[in-house]
Amino acid sequence: MYSTTYHRVSSVDEAVKLLGDCDEAALLSGGQTLLPTMKARLAAPSDLIDLGRIDALKGISVDGRSVKIGAGTTHAEIHASKEIAAVCPGLHEMTGVLGDPAVRHMGTLGGSLANNDPAADYPAAILALDATIHTSKREIEAGQFLVGLFETALEDDEIITAVSFEAPERSGYEKFRNPASRYAMCGVFVAKSAETVRVGVTGAGGDGAFRWEAAEEALAQRFEASALEGLSLDPSEMLGDLHGSPEYRANLVRVMAKRALAKA
Amino acid sequence: MSNVTMTVNGREVSGEVEDRTLLVQFLRENLGLTGTHVGCDTSQCGACVVHVDGRAVKSCTMLAVQAEDSAVTTIEGVAKGDELHPVQAAFREHHGLQCGYCTPGMIMTAIDMIRRHDGDLDEKTVRHDLEGNICRCTGYQNIVKAILAANEEMSGMREAAE
Ligand SMILES: Cc1cc2nc3c(=O)[nH]c(=O)nc-3n(C[C@H](O)[C@H](O)[C@H](O)COP(=O)(O)OP(=O)(O)OC[C@H]3O[C@@H](n4cnc5c(N)ncnc54)[C@H](O)[C@@H]3O)c2cc1C
Repeated sequence: MYSTTYHRVSSVDEAVKLLGDCDEAALLSGGQTLLPTMKARLAAPSDLIDLGRIDALKGISVDGRSVKIGAGTTHAEIHASKEIAAVCPGLHEMTGVLGDPAVRHMGTLGGSLANNDPAADYPAAILALDATIHTSKREIEAGQFLVGLFETALEDDEIITAVSFEAPERSGYEKFRNPASRYAMCGVFVAKSAETVRVGVTGAGGDGAFRWEAAEEALAQRFEASALEGLSLDPSEMLGDLHGSPEYRANLVRVMAKRALAKA
Repeated sequence: MSNVTMTVNGREVSGEVEDRTLLVQFLRENLGLTGTHVGCDTSQCGACVVHVDGRAVKSCTMLAVQAEDSAVTTIEGVAKGDELHPVQAAFREHHGLQCGYCTPGMIMTAIDMIRRHDGDLDEKTVRHDLEGNICRCTGYQNIVKAILAANEEMSGMREAAE
């Protein structure tokens, strides 16, 4: 790791100010992506601004079916929340299969979203849950927030503060893990509300996470796995790498969607 | 450089570190606690797992300065004098190690796992929760056996105490 200067801040405003003052600063949340990247010398921020002790970024509130989760809340805290398990089992499930227990103890919702790794789990969830991303400047809809591979709508001096959504009537998540990294080779989040069904897919899309709209329409008619028979995805829009071809991933999306549905 | 203070295995310690110093380096190099190992450079192997404020974390993926004012427990801090922790004893009894390199991380992960599940562990859960700990010799079989045995033992001890 290259040398860097560490700053601990106690408020979002202080973090925003430091971001402006430093040369090439990076925000540090759980560090479970940033520190490995720095160790590999793929990132070399001049300064690290540690958000880990900002109380305002932490916590989960569930009011009826309205859910709001602070950006600094860890995957483990979300998974352990009985309220989340009750109103949104899909998110409970997802935060239990993301990384490993030690990673989940440190890694946070905000850090994962800001990173927008095409194989990360949360992107599928925020699309399916039609979530709103709250930042130090504005509110952004999930679909607008996720721009491309490792790319988001965040500006350089913008900090994610929370994520909110209305809990769906039913939800489920299923993921096919890359056997080495355990990230998603394909993860599908299904969420059913009174009138609509939303299907978020991660790990498989050539441009990152996406909504599988044909499946949403079919499932809105009939919310069961058989509704997906006969649907297919265009391999030219899928990711292909040494772990799996685009054709393989196109098929995997349907298989994972069926399994997610079985859990919902 | 920063000055960092934390409690390690019940003892308050402090030291001057570069800001980029990883917690595992601080433990091994400043404090001489070499029981915590480094087995990879990619945050995947889990040989470096310690407890920070009661939760298992990878000490190779946390800066020493992030642990300021925290309570850290390493493998050196789990036995009571000469008496092994029940998880350590179970690893010995069930031959949960061969070369021993991954063992400190395995044991710290296992203690955390037993705490989190409050005694409610089965083989499937143990295997799932060992996702972040890699062993290249045992094939995991005896590690799983040791953790389940320690879990039984510790549940029995908890019941007896109640
Ligand atoms: C072994 C291992 C396995 C993993 N497996 C998975 C997996 O299966 N699925 C998965 O989805 N992820 C996985 N991860 C990644 C993990 O989920 C990370 O926790 C997460 O991607 C980043 O969150 P963090 O809090 O650690 O962020 P950090 O690493 O601290 O930061 C990540 C990036 O986000 C920026 N950032 C952080 N917080 C904010 C904020 N509030 N506002 C704006 N920008 C911010 C940082 O500047 C940095 O660029 C794995 C990681 C490891 C080490």
